[in-house]
Amino acid sequence: MPDIAETARTTRAWACYDCGKCTATCPIARAGSNYTPRRHVLATNLGKREIIDNGSLFDCLTCSLCDQRCPADVGYTGLVRKLRELSFREGVEPECPHGGALQSVMRTMAKGGTKQNRLEWLSSDLKTEPKQGEVFYWTGCTMYYDTFFTDFQLATLEATRAAVRLMNNLGVTPVVSPDERCCGHDLLWNGDRKNFELLARHNIKLVAERGAETLVISCAECLRTWKLDYEPLFEGKPPRILHLTEYLAEYLPKLKFHANPPAKRRVTFQDPCRLGRHLGIYDAPRRMLEALPGIELVEMRRSGPAAICCAGGTWSNCDRFAKQIQVERLREARATGADMMVTACPKCQIHFRCAMKDPNLGSEIEIEMRDVAELVADALEKADG
Amino acid sequence: MTVARPGSHPSPKRKRGSGSAPTVEALAGASGSDRSAARAEARGSSWNPNIIVFACNWCSYAGADTAGVSRVQHQPHFRMIRVMCSGRIQPGFVLRAFEKGADGVLVSGCHIGDCHYVFGNERALEQFEKTKNIVKLLGLEEGRLRLEWISAAEGARFAEVINEFTDQVRALGPSPLANSDQLSAVSYQRSAKAARLRAES
Ligand code: FES
Repeated sequence: MPDIAETARTTRAWACYDCGKCTATCPIARAGSNYTPRRHVLATNLGKREIIDNGSLFDCLTCSLCDQRCPADVGYTGLVRKLRELSFREGVEPECPHGGALQSVMRTMAKGGTKQNRLEWLSSDLKTEPKQGEVFYWTGCTMYYDTFFTDFQLATLEATRAAVRLMNNLGVTPVVSPDERCCGHDLLWNGDRKNFELLARHNIKLVAERGAETLVISCAECLRTWKLDYEPLFEGKPPRILHLTEYLAEYLPKLKFHANPPAKRRVTFQDPCRLGRHLGIYDAPRRMLEALPGIELVEMRRSGPAAICCAGGTWSNCDRFAKQIQVERLREARATGADMMVTACPKCQIHFRCAMKDPNLGSEIEIEMRDVAELVADALEKADG
Repeated sequence: MTVARPGSHPSPKRKRGSGSAPTVEALAGASGSDRSAARAEARGSSWNPNIIVFACNWCSYAGADTAGVSRVQHQPHFRMIRVMCSGRIQPGFVLRAFEKGADGVLVSGCHIGDCHYVFGNERALEQFEKTKNIVKLLGLEEGRLRLEWISAAEGARFAEVINEFTDQVRALGPSPLANSDQLSAVSYQRSAKAARLRAES
């Protein structure tokens, strides 16, 4: 278990020269909170224990925008995660805005012992392989999200269905498994490494047992977790891990889109922080969107590495500052003249849709939201005529 | 490295009814088919479930009181958690109970139209439906979760519901989450400490 001093070493906190760019960049600080990454880095360098006791670490969005701007290359997001682990060990944990329900769901999966009913959304027109196969499609927990967030017409499962449909269209029958469990992303970012590792080990074994060489994932958070956080836990050769849009981009010429789009649509792309800044995947989703007939992609003022995140990454923070960040971002999307905000992470949808419920702003910030997979699947030429 | 946490148990095994029924300890050691065999054995035996009952202050909790005052006999294998109104019982409460290994959860409140906060129990019903769907997704038997409206006057009905539900859960056997050897690392004390630290800072 790393201590504060070691964290200062491994995250390059020691290199900080106190310029304060991180705090000047931080979306929460800019929204008026007194949260300050700079002070956290300083406290880490001074080995101050209050930092792990006072719970303030759980306010960080972990969106990594400050990492992008730091001239001394301090890994603040990594620092927060390491210190959160220390906090958690000391008994300090985040207050989940959803009453801990989601954490309980994740820990229940970590315990295991039940047979989940997570594949009921699979309709007969979707071809999947229950046992062995070369390509494993990681469904993520969209079925849980749609069941839990009933208040804002959330339909993240549509993207999951669309992904299978797209793979079928390419002649691929992906393996999907009812034994899949939460990837552990949020528990890890809440500091609960123990339960994270239980989930990780289970999932790695599952995918290996199915003989999958390629793992296709559409959720940005699952992708980050599989690509970066599972890495030290792999035994043997890890599968090739791709985001759905990366996978599709490889086969772009094979995808047949219908020639006459029903209506021209202007869309903007919300870079999920996990997909963009954490993994550096900016082009693949844009390539897919640009290839679609009748779709015009316009960028928001802050996009790509400068994109603002949905402000609710790890189920550990939600307050008026988060709401303000979301509202501002939605205004930015509306300012592009786009009538749809496309994203590649179910959580972006959850948090922006929640912000849109504000009765005082209502139509001012309303915008249709969909996953990139849905758009691509909709553009497919109908099979059999 | 381990750090002692006040109030936490390194291995929170539960004590259960004695007799010929397999003990938690015995079940905890078992795995896979062993465990399901043990569970099958537990059914119909003298094994007693651990049930959590959420009750609103004005009706169902008072209903339990009425049962007690009128000396109505019922099975005692539950712990009651009183809330001011059933509208307070959000999915997190129930899911946490299951996560911690409860074999059954009963949610109760005033009859529709009788809520002392006007529409709290309508809210409770919505939350309950949502919770039930999550429980289904997780693969827990639906029979482990139940919603009942019990008024302050219905002492006998309280006893009846408790007896019926206890039998139903007993028939299902121990929750698959009850004796996992991978007990979750979090305890209630954690949240309490976090809240305290926040208040102090
Ligand atoms: S007070 Fe009993 S349900 Fe609201």
